[in-house]
Amino acid sequence: MARVVVDVMLKPEILDPQGQAVQRALPRLGFEGISDVRQGKRFELEVEGPVDDAALARIREMAETFLANTVIEDFVVRVDEPAGAGS
Amino acid sequence: MTARVGVITFPGTLDDRDTQRAVRIAGAEAVPLWHKDKDLKQVDAVVLPGGFSYGDYLRAGAISRFSPVMETVIEQAKGGLPVLGICNGFQVLTETHLLPGAMLRNNHLHFICRDQKLRVENAGTAWTADYTAGQEISIPLKNIDGRYVADERTLDELEAEGRVAFRYLDGNPNGSLRDIAGITNAAGNVVGLMPHPEHAVEPLIGAGGTDGLGFFTSILKKLVNA
Repeated sequence: MARVVVDVMLKPEILDPQGQAVQRALPRLGFEGISDVRQGKRFELEVEGPVDDAALARIREMAETFLANTVIEDFVVRVDEPAGAGS
Repeated sequence: MTARVGVITFPGTLDDRDTQRAVRIAGAEAVPLWHKDKDLKQVDAVVLPGGFSYGDYLRAGAISRFSPVMETVIEQAKGGLPVLGICNGFQVLTETHLLPGAMLRNNHLHFICRDQKLRVENAGTAWTADYTAGQEISIPLKNIDGRYVADERTLDELEAEGRVAFRYLDGNPNGSLRDIAGITNAAGNVVGLMPHPEHAVEPLIGAGGTDGLGFFTSILKKLVNA
């Protein structure tokens, strides 16, 4: 089983009041020096079978039609390599 | 012949019964439709009522957009079937791209519930013919995902083509761009708005006024004259 991660973020020009609310709370909690926060969504997909180009193309289509609304959101698809799996 | 107006119920829809009632008060037959119905039971028009279809999981309206009933609605709306989306229904219509733009969390992050003054900007749609352009009405508003956004080019296009159907008056309740409360497609058969006309059709209840009834009498008149 391989894991593919889809990160969905509001486009930069779209107001993100949730991110702003988090950012405004930070100094109150003693966390200084954060000038901006934007809040997004992360989908972790456990994929059966190999994550080849065809599988990734299908996931990109899924992200474009369903996971993200591309009117307001951008998305990035990447394969999540398990820790310590490097050669 | 009585006009048949379908009212769709998704899991999580709240305002289907009020909408059916509004349709009946206007003088049409309300036809309940279920989200799994592929067949629209020969209705003459469809209303997507308010609520939280599929729990608003993912994004408001995003999952309902792929329901069997919506496949048929999308196809027939493109062929001219009158479709009205109220609140969650409006969110569904933007997710289907039958209407442009998208709906986002209110800019102040609070759920808002109040009587909302609107100006009817376009009285030429299938759902607004019983109003006059410029008329001011007051109907209830209740939502947390009511902030209408679209890119500048789309907004300019909507304005230029008179497709901003309703604008908020006396304060913008959610940060919607250009105070937009509702829009229509180019053909005027598909209309979406955030406030709830179905809650203002009887003098005794709701907002205490009947400013919302015009939506349902408009469509009836259009269907009977068609």
